[in-house]
Amino acid sequence: MLVLSRKTTETICIGDEVEVTILSVEGDQVKLGISAPRTVDVHRKEVYEAIQKENKTAAKPVSLEVLQAFIEHSTNQKPGS
Amino acid sequence: MMQVETSYLGTVKSSEDDILLFAGGLPGFLEEKEFVLLPFEQSHFFLLQSVHSKHLAFICADPFVFWDDYEVKLDDASVEQLAVQEEEEVAIFVILTIEQPFSATTANLRAPIIINSKNKRAKQVMLDAYKFSPKTALSKAASKERC
Repeated sequence: MLVLSRKTTETICIGDEVEVTILSVEGDQVKLGISAPRTVDVHRKEVYEAIQKENKTAAKPVSLEVLQAFIEHSTNQKPGS
Repeated sequence: MMQVETSYLGTVKSSEDDILLFAGGLPGFLEEKEFVLLPFEQSHFFLLQSVHSKHLAFICADPFVFWDDYEVKLDDASVEQLAVQEEEEVAIFVILTIEQPFSATTANLRAPIIINSKNKRAKQVMLDAYKFSPKTALSKAASKERC
């Protein structure tokens, strides 16, 4: 891992198009400003990992019988159905 | 027409025009970029089926049927990536994790599937809104509406 020291308002560049600026430092909290092209998604890592994990859980197959029973169960709860 | 193999609905005929393109894949499945959305008849549920992997499919729901207060604020990057021009073009679904008992089933409201129905570009978007959890109980929403 590359380690760089930066002060408030200083910036690092990643490639030609991504810039990360240190906006403020208060205690153990660092506020970053990130400017990146709109084709690049920027995520908090723990949120990304949570979604990744949830997708993997959601993708686990259920049996056809269970799925049919689930749809019936959940649809019957709706008004007018 | 093309044929899509599914685990849940057998072999389904689909038009190539209906293929949703997830240019960046989905978190956890980055290599899966082409899906079709197939409705389960007479329900608010859909199958988001990979075109190339029979065994990869997500059960999805229309969130607005279950949660009155659900809202999605699309970030500028997603608007641009999906080339959204009109709000009416956008369709929104949420992925379910089906559990037994069914009351334990959850919906991922934090990361909805956004589809531009006009150009078929799609993306799973991570919302900034912490009030929406990736594990929101479906049973509470359903029972709330029933009252």
